[in-house]
Amino acid sequence: MEDVIIGLEIHVQLNRLQSKMFCGCSTAYHDSLPNSHTCPVCLGLPGSLPVINRKAVEYGIKVGLALNCTIEEETLFYRKNYYYPDLPKGFQISQYDYPLATKGHIMILGDDGAERNIRINRAHMEEDPGRLVHAGTIDKAKYTMVDYNRCGMPLLEVVTEPDLCSPKEARVFLDKLKSILDYLDVFDGTQEGSMRIDANISLKGGDRSEVKNITGFKGVEKALSYEITRQKNLQRRNIKVVQETRHFDELRNITVSIRSKVGAHDYRYFPECDLAVMRIASWVPAIRAALPELPDVKRERFVKQYGLADDHAKSLTSEIKLANFYEAVAAQASPKLVAVWIADVLKGELNYRDLSIGSFQEEHMAEIVQMLEQSKISEDGAVQIIRTLLDRIGIGGSPGEIVRELGLCKAEDDAVQKAVREAVAESAAAVADYKAGSERALNFVVGLVMKKTRGKADAGEVHRLVKEEVDKA
Amino acid sequence: MLSELKARLRAESCEEYLCRLFERIEKSSLNAFTTLAKESALNAARQFDKNPGQGLLAGVPIAIKESISTKGIETNCSSRILRGYIPPYDAHVIERLKAEGAIIVGKTNMDEFAMGTSTETSCFGPTKNPWDQACVPGGSSGGSAAVVAGGEAPCSLGSDTGGSVRCPASFCGIVGLKPTYGLVSRYGLVAYANSLEQIGPLTHTVEDTALLMEVISGHDERDSTSAEGARHSYLPGLKDGICGLKIGIPREYFGEGVNKDVEKAVWEAIHTLESLGASWQEVSLPHTRYALAAYYVIAMSEASSNLARFDGLRYGSRQEEDKDWHTTFSAIRAKGFGPEVKRRIMLGTYALSAGYYGRYYLKALQVRTLIKGDFMRAFHEVDILASPTMPIPAFKIGERINDPLSLYMADVFTVPINLAGVPAISVPCGFVGHLPIGLQLIGPHFSEAAVLRAAQAFEAATSFHEAKPEVI
Repeated sequence: MEDVIIGLEIHVQLNRLQSKMFCGCSTAYHDSLPNSHTCPVCLGLPGSLPVINRKAVEYGIKVGLALNCTIEEETLFYRKNYYYPDLPKGFQISQYDYPLATKGHIMILGDDGAERNIRINRAHMEEDPGRLVHAGTIDKAKYTMVDYNRCGMPLLEVVTEPDLCSPKEARVFLDKLKSILDYLDVFDGTQEGSMRIDANISLKGGDRSEVKNITGFKGVEKALSYEITRQKNLQRRNIKVVQETRHFDELRNITVSIRSKVGAHDYRYFPECDLAVMRIASWVPAIRAALPELPDVKRERFVKQYGLADDHAKSLTSEIKLANFYEAVAAQASPKLVAVWIADVLKGELNYRDLSIGSFQEEHMAEIVQMLEQSKISEDGAVQIIRTLLDRIGIGGSPGEIVRELGLCKAEDDAVQKAVREAVAESAAAVADYKAGSERALNFVVGLVMKKTRGKADAGEVHRLVKEEVDKA
Repeated sequence: MLSELKARLRAESCEEYLCRLFERIEKSSLNAFTTLAKESALNAARQFDKNPGQGLLAGVPIAIKESISTKGIETNCSSRILRGYIPPYDAHVIERLKAEGAIIVGKTNMDEFAMGTSTETSCFGPTKNPWDQACVPGGSSGGSAAVVAGGEAPCSLGSDTGGSVRCPASFCGIVGLKPTYGLVSRYGLVAYANSLEQIGPLTHTVEDTALLMEVISGHDERDSTSAEGARHSYLPGLKDGICGLKIGIPREYFGEGVNKDVEKAVWEAIHTLESLGASWQEVSLPHTRYALAAYYVIAMSEASSNLARFDGLRYGSRQEEDKDWHTTFSAIRAKGFGPEVKRRIMLGTYALSAGYYGRYYLKALQVRTLIKGDFMRAFHEVDILASPTMPIPAFKIGERINDPLSLYMADVFTVPINLAGVPAISVPCGFVGHLPIGLQLIGPHFSEAAVLRAAQAFEAATSFHEAKPEVI
């Protein structure tokens, strides 16, 4: 698919912040009544003035550094002028020249399996507009309501160069970006609408279309796949792809044209004189020093330090909490075995139940792996313990208790030995048949042992022990 | 004088004083007040009579320009589009006034969104000059100047974007100060051109202006352009005199286009200052002739963006039937704004458009830098500058309103001060016929104390400020 060119603009709400971009209103508006998280500033009331949330700029710099960007010496805000009911001032305070961060890059695993460098054009700060709530679907609504709770939320817009070659790569890039934001603790992806993506896509030699305001990563992949098919069909029929803005209809999985780029908006950007120029260069060293270990570095360390397979290391470092969970458990049990059980088993069970790693206790995981190491439980038993713990969230119980309760303890060796001796003594006929040359006759004895140990013994092991006992006699 | 009034209010009854004041306002033919806050004012007066308190302005009635946000009192910028808007919050200056015990009597007429030099573009009709009701009071804070000159309020607040405090002060024969940009918080001042404007007092005397400045100046964290540092004090040292003060006379502010009588009166004022121990010398502000063009490009550009929020959706008047968004808000704006506001929005929109931005807005910013440089150089040689505030005395209502360019020209000596961000005061310095004229004293950034001291010395040596118009 090397003939596909994709660039992304990602709007990230810095929703780990306590207050909005230019006023003191709380960012925790998701469960509140419409228009209850507002003040004269974010409502744009006449005479109100914005004040920069310095913490938001710090967060922006943090992200810029993590994306390997250059942080500008000075940064300033501009007004982006356009009329829309969700924009109470008639302009959005954004950035234009001198954005916070420029010229960065991150590495992703490309479709061909090789590492690919995706360049970041810039990252800049702006305020989120309000939210329109249509009575019905967007094209048939009789009226529209506006909720300004979201208005003024701190947004970071990350703009990539057109370096992505397929919808899948776009998805991989977004996963990587999300992982970095998660590490920096600036973004909570579980909040509705906290990340919105505009995707630019063209086929080599053709004009590009821009699919605006896609909310999910799956949506991005689907919208881009649809666009490739649509643009290829047009090319095949010798119809020119027009440069335009399109909307992704999530229900129908298609994109529809919303406005032509011809006669595009002139946003009349000019500096926002109500805010001073910020000299941020001096902030950088302290922010850089406080940056956490980022996913790529952590992954390499996991491979080296714990001897993990690369895919395990990658899986365990996708989220910071998961990585921390792993390290805490690995300190108490075999790191390799712990990696297998978290990456291959626990993660799947959590996903299946739509739970996060926070739902499982480190001590429990450590206890389970320790019991496996000591052959106290079987692998099937371990899986059963994990499932039971997850089913009983809020009820309690430890792995040890569950082992006793469900009788998952592997039979003790001497108990098996005893059962073997008894079974051999009780099966004179079968032993005779075996001695007469019928190998299969031992299966009767093994069955008897299994019965005596109520299935807790390992059948292969029992077979070996029975053979040993009979041959000895 | 506010100090005398304060003593009188304590000795007599604030409520009675206010009742008489409201009687006078209600009989007035000046059309200077737009909204009265009678009930809340009388309540405050009764409170004062019970317990006057220690506030710097305890019991003092004050009138506020329509463009300054007052909680619970309509704030409409004399524009149809904002009729009925009652703000849920007080501007910083209003908070300060209330904290010092001042009583807001009402809101005053202005040019619509402060766009004008005559208070004729108001949706409430023109305010009349108390000295001659056929004449304009100046603008855009015409109402705030007329109520003080006409005896309807002892003091008021206006705002000055390109001369809007100083021009009406000059035309109405009172004192008006445009503070250094950043000295007074703009939080709550409805923006016309936010990089240029400041709130300033209009009073009978320099001392009253100094007193009001003590109250309204100082840092406010809600205005990012507000200067850091301690509150300034202007009353101590106000009467220390001007012995040794070096006054610069900007050559470009005299001569062509200046009324001969105005020029004569200003020269007499300079000689008065000289007799008080100051010296004068000619200086040059060579980029003055580009100031008007730069000012209007910047002001209109900012205005086109600042006024974008008035779409009738959240506040203000809205008589239109709802159609689709673009049709509805366009109709609301077409009906709500007057012709001068529309003219400036359109010119400003044009100046900021792609392809013109560099030619107009950016160029104007470059000129602004040069003009600032002119002032900085002049202030290396002299302490303050003296000039006419306005090149002409008040003109007749209706005389210039259809000739916007001649109106813009009248701002020629006031707009450079806003471009440079320096402080300037207008004090009464004589009459042309029966119409008062103003002397403008300009100082370097944050030199209000020196500017006020010079104005005070001049006022003490003259009696122009004592003249009162005969108004009904």
